Amino acid sequence: MRRRHHDDFHHQDGDLERFRFRLGFAAVAVLLAFLLLFARFVWLQVFQHEYYTTRAEGNRISLVPIVPNRGLIVDRNGVVLARNYSAFTLELTPSKVHDLETTIDALAELIEIQAKDRKRFKKLMEESKNFESIPIRTRLTEKEVAIVAANRYRFPGVEVKARLFRQYPLGESGSHALGYIGRVNDRDLERIELAEQSPNYKGTDHFGKSGLEQKYEFHLHGQTGYEEVEVDAGGRAVRILSRTAPVSGNNLTLTLDSKLQKVVEQAFGERRGALVAIEPESGGVLALVSMPAFDPNLFVDGIRSEDWDAYNTNPDKPMLNRAIYGAYPPGSTFKPFMALAALETGKRTPQQAISDPGYFNFGGHQFRDDKKGGHGIVDMYKSIVHSCDTYYYVLANDLGIDGISNFMAPLGFGQRSGIDIEGESEGVLPSQAWKKKRFKKPEQQKWYAGETISIGIGQGYNAYTMLQLAQATSTVANNGVMFRPHIVKYITDTKTGERTMIEPEPMRILPYKQQNIDVIKKGLVGVIKEGTGARAFAGAEYEAAGKTGTAQVYSLKGETYQAGKVKERLRDHALFMAYAPADKPKIALAVIVENGGFGAQSAAPIARMVFDYYLLGKLPKGAAEEDAAALEADE
Amino acid sequence: MMSFVEIRRRLWHGTVDHLDAPLFFITVAIMGVGLATVFSATYDSQNRLMSQFINMAVAMTLMWGVAQVPPQKLMRFAVPLYVIGVVLLILVFLFGIKVNGARRWLNIGITRIQPSEIMKLAMPLMLAWYFHKYEAALKWRHYAVAALLLMIPFGLVAKQPDLGTAILIGAAGFYVLFFAGLQWKVILGLAAAGAAAAPVLWNFLHDYQKKRILTLVDPTSDPLGSGYHIIQATIAIGSGGTMGKGWLQGTQTHLEFIPEKHTDFIFAVYSEEWGLAGNAVLLVLYLLLIGRGMMIAANASTLFGRLLAGSITLSLFTYAFINMGMVSGIMPVVGVPLPFMSYGGTALVTLCTGLGILMSIQTHRMLVKK
Repeated sequence: MRRRHHDDFHHQDGDLERFRFRLGFAAVAVLLAFLLLFARFVWLQVFQHEYYTTRAEGNRISLVPIVPNRGLIVDRNGVVLARNYSAFTLELTPSKVHDLETTIDALAELIEIQAKDRKRFKKLMEESKNFESIPIRTRLTEKEVAIVAANRYRFPGVEVKARLFRQYPLGESGSHALGYIGRVNDRDLERIELAEQSPNYKGTDHFGKSGLEQKYEFHLHGQTGYEEVEVDAGGRAVRILSRTAPVSGNNLTLTLDSKLQKVVEQAFGERRGALVAIEPESGGVLALVSMPAFDPNLFVDGIRSEDWDAYNTNPDKPMLNRAIYGAYPPGSTFKPFMALAALETGKRTPQQAISDPGYFNFGGHQFRDDKKGGHGIVDMYKSIVHSCDTYYYVLANDLGIDGISNFMAPLGFGQRSGIDIEGESEGVLPSQAWKKKRFKKPEQQKWYAGETISIGIGQGYNAYTMLQLAQATSTVANNGVMFRPHIVKYITDTKTGERTMIEPEPMRILPYKQQNIDVIKKGLVGVIKEGTGARAFAGAEYEAAGKTGTAQVYSLKGETYQAGKVKERLRDHALFMAYAPADKPKIALAVIVENGGFGAQSAAPIARMVFDYYLLGKLPKGAAEEDAAALEADE
Repeated sequence: MMSFVEIRRRLWHGTVDHLDAPLFFITVAIMGVGLATVFSATYDSQNRLMSQFINMAVAMTLMWGVAQVPPQKLMRFAVPLYVIGVVLLILVFLFGIKVNGARRWLNIGITRIQPSEIMKLAMPLMLAWYFHKYEAALKWRHYAVAALLLMIPFGLVAKQPDLGTAILIGAAGFYVLFFAGLQWKVILGLAAAGAAAAPVLWNFLHDYQKKRILTLVDPTSDPLGSGYHIIQATIAIGSGGTMGKGWLQGTQTHLEFIPEKHTDFIFAVYSEEWGLAGNAVLLVLYLLLIGRGMMIAANASTLFGRLLAGSITLSLFTYAFINMGMVSGIMPVVGVPLPFMSYGGTALVTLCTGLGILMSIQTHRMLVKK
């Protein structure tokens, strides 16, 4: 070994030769290495070229959604009920902000950020994704915008954005019909996904939460536009490559008359209740009032917790839509429909009369009439005009519970009307089947004949919404032609100007005999002329038809009801159903004043104001006054 | 009295006699490509064309100066330079300035220096001198001593930690050993031992170094972290295609997607804008440079010249290969600039000094022959 080493290292020529061999070896290695590099380049630049081009383009081009203008909502006369205005907001993207608290503190030194703004920001942050831009201050003044802009470099993840805000110029008026929008939450996202609208909602951060804003969300939203923007590695836009303009949302034109709506709201004053007014010949809702109402403007950029708490803790429940969700016993307003049922089923003729002793005995129980000693001889007309209970006790017994429910269901009682806002309640149209379903214990499931008696005068289990009562009234006024109630008259496509009418066709034609309907109508006119509604409609320049009603809140045991002695919350609910003009109805309504006492006392005067305005253009001076004298009137 | 023509002739020869024309022109060509690429890479922000040009001018002047020094005189620098280098590395180890977790710089009052840079040349110089000295009676122990001389600076630099530079220093030293005749079975044995020890060495690597190697295997494992550089560079190269996007037209470059685009990742910029065609040209230029270096080594008249020229040439190759390999995603990310392309004065000075040594070896051999 050593020997060979010795030889190798000592022969100069041999050394040189070996060096050159190794140099050659190195040269080959270099060539191979460069070939490897070249092969890699060929792979990347020829075979994978398309893939990497796509990647480079994806890097470079960012699609920035342009949120479309939300459609406007106007009433039947073109009065704007919901519109948009542009305002600057100061927004933070939590994922881009290093220390939120410190950043907000520093921003608060520049512009006013109140504790409530911080609270709202926190609430919004909990509801949003980390990479979403969340407003900390809205409606910045020009000066504030300038101050923030000048300091923007100090705050990564903080931006001033020009945004469109929803505004409801009439405030609380009509809020239960309009509804409101709020920031998109997880439930909304599900709806968006279900409607396969996800791509169209990129960049949208508001969504209709209730009322028409919710129901017509996908009409109002519009088509999101896109800007193809070249961005650098930092995400900053370098230039705009192309732009697809957004298409504004469709406008809604309502059947609602905002002035009428306002008249009703004024008529209610501080009282609670609901009113639904319908145009009989179309089913268009003229007014949908639930009192008290709320201000939808408060919800637009995230409701402050104080406001939210105030609404939720208010015992009057302003967020509750009484008109479509509140189900009340209809009281005597139910009688005209009972009478119609009697005629249609042939159980009564108009002339058939009873002798009313002031009570009806059934199954060992005495059902009493309001009027002591009774109404004497009572035919159908008189039974309606004077609201004779005994007549209807007997009638109810004759019709039987299923007879009643079979007749009432097609009129819409106890059924969701399918109005174009969410949140309707079904109400209760009692029947044997209903009771079986409603109760669990077998002894409770059985329908007792005695229970049918009070159904006849609109008490007992039955409970309907004002919407249902208004719809039924409207259907009778319209001689049995029934429309689905709707608040939107037509949708205008902003691009083409094309109008899509909502429900111009009748939903159902009830095969009532005209002579039967005429009997009922005559009775309803009688109520206004000489019956329980006469005081409220004294001196009216048009002929109206209607029926008062009272829904018991407090169950009386043998005592005479004296409204003044019962606490306000335990007073009966006052109801009224009516339409006018009697010969050619233009408006039909149902109204309830919660704890308003007798229908004639507080509900009928509101209806009078509504008709006076709608038919004659008379504006009321203030809230409808309660008619104390009406206390004595028959109910 | 010399005639004017005579003066001009002497002046000319005094200037160019020790320049090697092929090396010079190939280098100028690569530098030209490099300047154009630096221009493009720094076009959007602070343009560095002028300062890189000055760097090149200074480095070329130094190259010219070194080329004037005959190899015999260069040999005298071997030991002092090596010793100074090692001492400085020890000082770095003890008192170095820590930047980004690595202790690489030494403050010498007026400025900060990076002693590991000196070692890139001091190492082959030292080993070439050592083998030259014992040329007549090379025994296995000389290889052992040489290996020790190699391991000291390598270890010190690797410890800083600066794996990229340590590898370059180690490679430069190893090439001398290789050309000096280190037996194949030893080389293969070392390679086998290295492979066997790799799992153990893995544990000695810093986390960020491990990450770089893991990232190479699967860049998408950490697309926003250490994989980001490789992914973006690969996208730049791939999207360049056959003919490239054109000078100043690279979107990856100009929209700032390529990291370190004027220094270590400059090849991605070049490759995006000039495509496969440009890459082929650059590879050929480097091959020509390396080929010329090998010719110089082959024709060198002394063992010192041969070993030094061979080592410097292969080092040039190593720089180029590691850099392009790393940028195109077949090597881990280590901080190695692309020769004559990447922006930065230090690397240019080292590289051009190396070229100067090659020229000195070439031109002084011819003079000796005359």
